Amino acid sequence: MKDVEMKMLERAKALLESGEVARVIGWKKGEFFYDPTPASFETVDELKDFVYNWFCGANLSKYLIQMSKKEGKTAVFLKPCDTYSFNQLVKEHRIKRENIHVIAVECLAKLNIEAIKAQTDGIVKSVDVVEKDVKVVTTSGEYTLYKPEVVLSKCAVCNKTHQVKDEEIILHERPVRDVDRFEEVEKLETMTADERFAFWKDQLSKCIRCNACRNVCPACSCVKCVFDNPKSGISAKANDSEFEEKLFHVIRAFHVAGRCTDCGECSRVCPQNIPLHLLNRKFIKDIDGLYGQFQAGETDEGKTPLTSYTEGDVEPKDVFNGEAK
Amino acid sequence: MTNENLIPKVGVITDIRKDTPDVKTFRVVGLDGKKLFEHMPGQCAMVSVPGVGECMFSITSSPTNKEFMEFSIKKCGCVTEVLHAMEVGQQITVRGPYGKNFPVEEDFKGKDLLFIAGGIGLAPLRSVINYVRHYRENYGKVVIVYGARSKEDLVDINEIQTEWVNEPNMEVYLTIDRPQDDWDGHVGFVPAYVKELGLNPNMTAVLCGPPIMIKFTLAGLLELGFDKSNVFTTLELRMKCGIGKCGRCNVGDKFVCKDGPVFRMTELDELPNEY
Amino acid sequence: MLKIAKERLNELYAKINEAFGLYIPIKKAGEVNYHVWGEGKEVSIETLKTVKSPKNMFFPQSENMMKFKTEDKNISIEDMNFEKKPFVLFGVRACDYKAIDVLDKVFLADPVDTYYQSRREATTIVTLACSKPEESCFCKVFDIDATAPKGDVTTWLDDNYLYWQANTEKGEKLTSLVAELFEKGGEAEVKAQQDATKAVIDELPFSNLDLSRFKPENLNELFNAKEWEEMSEACLGCGTCTFVCPTCQCFDIRDFKTNDGILRYRCWDSCMYSDFTLMAHGNSRTTQMQRFRQRFMHKLVYYPSQNGGLYSCVGCGRCVNKCPQHLNIVKVIKTLGGKNDD
Repeated sequence: MKDVEMKMLERAKALLESGEVARVIGWKKGEFFYDPTPASFETVDELKDFVYNWFCGANLSKYLIQMSKKEGKTAVFLKPCDTYSFNQLVKEHRIKRENIHVIAVECLAKLNIEAIKAQTDGIVKSVDVVEKDVKVVTTSGEYTLYKPEVVLSKCAVCNKTHQVKDEEIILHERPVRDVDRFEEVEKLETMTADERFAFWKDQLSKCIRCNACRNVCPACSCVKCVFDNPKSGISAKANDSEFEEKLFHVIRAFHVAGRCTDCGECSRVCPQNIPLHLLNRKFIKDIDGLYGQFQAGETDEGKTPLTSYTEGDVEPKDVFNGEAK
Repeated sequence: MTNENLIPKVGVITDIRKDTPDVKTFRVVGLDGKKLFEHMPGQCAMVSVPGVGECMFSITSSPTNKEFMEFSIKKCGCVTEVLHAMEVGQQITVRGPYGKNFPVEEDFKGKDLLFIAGGIGLAPLRSVINYVRHYRENYGKVVIVYGARSKEDLVDINEIQTEWVNEPNMEVYLTIDRPQDDWDGHVGFVPAYVKELGLNPNMTAVLCGPPIMIKFTLAGLLELGFDKSNVFTTLELRMKCGIGKCGRCNVGDKFVCKDGPVFRMTELDELPNEY
Repeated sequence: MLKIAKERLNELYAKINEAFGLYIPIKKAGEVNYHVWGEGKEVSIETLKTVKSPKNMFFPQSENMMKFKTEDKNISIEDMNFEKKPFVLFGVRACDYKAIDVLDKVFLADPVDTYYQSRREATTIVTLACSKPEESCFCKVFDIDATAPKGDVTTWLDDNYLYWQANTEKGEKLTSLVAELFEKGGEAEVKAQQDATKAVIDELPFSNLDLSRFKPENLNELFNAKEWEEMSEACLGCGTCTFVCPTCQCFDIRDFKTNDGILRYRCWDSCMYSDFTLMAHGNSRTTQMQRFRQRFMHKLVYYPSQNGGLYSCVGCGRCVNKCPQHLNIVKVIKTLGGKNDD
């Protein structure tokens, strides 16, 4: 990964020095090696804090809504999954495409420091990845962890490839993996309604209504969210009843249905680790089943199943009765 | 155990006066027909329409009024809209009083006083002006400069024209932004008028109105030689609790609900510019 | 000092639970938070940081305050602040305990917030000393001794025993209730654990943060610092930092129409939210930079200025762990604080 970071840094420097772009969006180092922060770099000097490593899980595409409105061109490093969000935002006219220079950057899955800490003792000193081995050194000793168990949930079943690239930095090809992203959803589908309700009740009752899932979500790009608008009549923070907490997530899942690219940021940022992506993924699976395979964000144009009508569309009553094909 | 700080009292609207196209003055008493609570000029109260919301308003009536309280309220949001649609006899809730009052018993005593208000900014000043009128012998000369967009927007013009102008040793100057038929008074913005009047800079001044008016009027007063420490104003920020706990009405390390709403200009100078 | 074997802790919980409600870190749906204890619940007092701090035991995320009944033009009000049943809060770490002090100064200051007060008075707090601090911990900066938390009872946990020491009258009362489960001893073990832990704490990366510039007299200088812009650039404007923070206490008051009257409740609010200062005719903080600045200025300057120099941060490090984009108070302290921050 260090070689990729070097190459990215080199390109960022060149782009800023030549004046081709006014800023580069990437990650800057945090207090530890595992907590980088999305950042914009406007000078070569600022790039001294630039970082790209196994912990750069954040999706940078939503920041481009603001950045693309600034003067001058913005270069951005996008991982494969991030490019889907980018396309979707371009399609929804949120990002001014002509102001953005996309540098497709490789990603071999990103790690989840909380998962690493849960499997080790002591204070984490370093993490290194060799193929499927994650070698962790802590104050208590050395550990070798199995990578698929300590990647971010969004990376665990990812087979996404770059959908946008004005240029690319890919030094290591990622092997295509035999993963099924709907496995967890299917598990929920096989539950009885009561079991499923209990599952979501347990999960969603942890919600502290911090809105991190919404604020990070590239599909939640409303200028003013209905839940923040005092005039909407449903504006709310922590609500009076637990039931409303759940509705917030269900309403949000409906709102992003057909536009959610499954970038998984909602689950990454949730402080209570609620598997929110499963709500969205259920919609994706259903849309696939009812309208034919569809992946939001594959292109930045064209019609989508939920925003276009064809005579062959499934009848709502058939869906309701479980008779849809 | 009850929480009288957050649990309001029920009040009854006994009179509604339409002052301007968007300002109404509500007269409120308790269920027993008496005044809900005592206050000092400049203090505020939380008025609420249950189910709609609760908002902080300055108490417009003077504490010397022992029968009722009045609130002059401009229609500009959810709660005020509902209030404006109310009829006499309707119950609302009120809690308070909150905040620091004008230093009527300290700094103001024995001084010549200048009150400058713009639009609905008269609401908190009416309380202190009527207080001063009641204890007239305790104060020197009083000058009032009051302006609004039009003559229809002058709040409580009736009281001003029938009572204030006839008060001994009290001068009232009214102005409106643009010329109007049947208005033979002054035309122009408050800050300019204040400078034109060439007021005595030894007066203690109180400014109340939109931020832009305050900014330019203050500059004008300083030009005339006023001392900032003798100039007072009031701030208004979003409030929920009124008792310095909900954490939203702060400017720097001061809470407007508790440490304000009345501030001396020199105090404001020490605070970050975030209001 | 008293001690009880670790494998008998369930007996202790059950015994406490007979007389009081017992709130204790319990793992539920994968995360550890304070919940009511019950037989079969997965207690996890070893967990260093519950996701939510115990502040919601006194200042719940959402709390009904009163109910209005309206009929025609008339209104009646029903107070919903009831006498709270006594309960025990078990396993509170030193930082979180100190945070209760910070909250007390707000809610118990005149005029007293009786909703908070009634819960606060009903509680007996059993603290638990830390023995495995994390790299995100920096309570030492705020003069908190993680190995000797205060509280009505202080406990220490090692591989074999829980050690117990009552500090207050409430603590003695609780002790007498459960005394039959305990035996005497443990001073040496506790001392050894404290020494070892202190050595770890001294070496933690944030243990020497310099707060010297965060003083009331620097208020305007800090407020106007140009660094806020860059520090807040990646901020999502979510409320994660606020809601996991043990000292954040801002709240909103709202009305909720039900079939049985109008409930007025209060709920946690966040100064990071765009509508926090929104009024019908304006907003005093229109940018995320202003909101971000407010949060940290409040913790490091405004609150101390109002409360005799006490900071409204206890170094628990939850914001360090939980901010989705890894912004946190440590970065602010390092950027705007004093010199010894390398």
